[in-house]
Amino acid sequence: MAIYVLRRLGAVLATLVVMSLLVFLSTHALPSNTAALILGQYSTPETRAALEHKLGLDLPLTVQYWRWASALLQGDLGASLVMERPVAPMLWDAFGRSALLAGCTMAVVSTVGVGMGIVAAVWRGRWPDHGISMFAYAGISVPEFYWGLVLILVFGSTFHLFPTSGAATLADGFGTMVAHLVLPVVTLTLTLLAHVSRLTRSSMLEVLDSMYVRVARARGFPERVVILRHALRNALLPAITILAQDFGFLIGGIVAVEAIFAYPGLGRLLIFSLERQDLPLMQAAILVLTAVYCLANLGADLLYGVANPRIRYAGAVE
Amino acid sequence: MSDAAIIAPAMAAPRRRLRLPWPLLVGGAIVLALLITAALAQVIAPYPFDEMHIRDRLTGPSLRFLAGTDEYGRDVFSRLLIGSQLSLVLGVSATLVSLGIGVPLGLLAGYRRGVTDELIMRVLDVLLAFPPIMLVLLILAITPPSLMKTAIAIGVLSAPPIARVTRSVALDLMSQEFVEAARARGERLLYMLGRELLPNVWPVLIVEASLRVVFAILLGAVLSFLGFGVQPPEADWGLMISNGRAFVDEAPWISLAPGVAMALTVIGISLLGDGLRDLLDPKLRGRR
Repeated sequence: MAIYVLRRLGAVLATLVVMSLLVFLSTHALPSNTAALILGQYSTPETRAALEHKLGLDLPLTVQYWRWASALLQGDLGASLVMERPVAPMLWDAFGRSALLAGCTMAVVSTVGVGMGIVAAVWRGRWPDHGISMFAYAGISVPEFYWGLVLILVFGSTFHLFPTSGAATLADGFGTMVAHLVLPVVTLTLTLLAHVSRLTRSSMLEVLDSMYVRVARARGFPERVVILRHALRNALLPAITILAQDFGFLIGGIVAVEAIFAYPGLGRLLIFSLERQDLPLMQAAILVLTAVYCLANLGADLLYGVANPRIRYAGAVE
Repeated sequence: MSDAAIIAPAMAAPRRRLRLPWPLLVGGAIVLALLITAALAQVIAPYPFDEMHIRDRLTGPSLRFLAGTDEYGRDVFSRLLIGSQLSLVLGVSATLVSLGIGVPLGLLAGYRRGVTDELIMRVLDVLLAFPPIMLVLLILAITPPSLMKTAIAIGVLSAPPIARVTRSVALDLMSQEFVEAARARGERLLYMLGRELLPNVWPVLIVEASLRVVFAILLGAVLSFLGFGVQPPEADWGLMISNGRAFVDEAPWISLAPGVAMALTVIGISLLGDGLRDLLDPKLRGRR
């Protein structure tokens, strides 16, 4: 087990190194010129050259990468070119807000999705089952930002129930903070529910057919106990893996959903940096999102192993 | 991680079907209608997609403008029709790219096994280790965006799942007698991959490809929405939804109509894929 974890951590590190190389090289292929960005439109070739020399931009790429990467490892993410502020504090603020959004979404998706899956499995082939699968289909048949727009139209413009843009902190009051989260979380949830509920349904159906569930019924346990205690526990495993896979969709979804709700998170920071070609900000945002994605995948795989001791990890066996 | 999804129990709903599955019929009808619409879009459209009717800006759906007009007075219905071409071209070309990369790699990995297999799959794993949207955004941000570039980027991104599916089916096939017979005859590599394995992988690939088309259409819409995909004034659905955002209170049809069109497209293709899966191989059901 320990060997497996170490090997996986090594793979995560390797991924990050590859991504940092990719990001570094691609940002250097950008048409924009860092010195020109800093100096503005009235710069002359001479001043640009002087600044480039001062910033080390005229050095070979390998040297530049080494400098950038070693500063990165010391926690120095550089300063944003457009906003002229250090990247790190900005990034962590945005990261915190995105993490809140992602965490709430995952919590809602896992509880509601699993619940819908159970209901669909127990009432298989009858109207709750059909209703749930139609709902799930509808959720994934348009991109998430479309649901965001529909929710804004219904709950923001028409009924004025929830705020449709921005984020609030605890300082603004707990209610305000939650209210700002409702629409983005519901939007993200809609597109993720389908996976979880369908998978829970199919694994529940499999388990409900199994011998031990029949035995439990024969022993006269009430149906509620059979379903929740005997069946659900074993049906949950695949749901855990699918939740982990959905984390990738979640990151993609967050970028779009933050854009439509003007939610000041990591996704918006990324889009901002891409639009303005703000290199340091762009590099940092992409690396942080990739790291989160890799670690989430690793975490999910480990969780799967903890939940299912029968799985032997390659490496742990030898 | 997707290995675990394969281990996941298959959907247990072994209902016998004697007739054609209804998803196939409904999905097929929708896709057929869509193809005809896209092919004849320029003929059916009442107005050119970029013709501005300045006096009729932001007017609601009427007989003259079936789905209303946008902020420049362009006919939303005509733009929807033209947009169907962009969506289908994007979905199909992205899928062709991913099939072109994924199928040969998957076949080779499944056929050769050993070191070749290990090498191919590890490289693809690296590609899978990045958050999907990140690579596409990076590619589109550093180069001027265009529809074809979006399609290629999404296609490359979709190649690993295609390769995985192809490989797993090819591995299954390797133990079959007809493959052994062909190997005993001493057939060349290309013949083995193209004539022996490929025809038996197709049924699974068709289903997977339908999923990929949907994925490409949805991701393409997200990219246009964020401003990194199709550029104005093209009549792309994602772009139309994005442009209509500012007018969602006074003219919701600008954004809502393309969403409905997209939903119809996606549902149609998904149903067609599901139906084909039921028809071609009942055992495959619930594998995704």
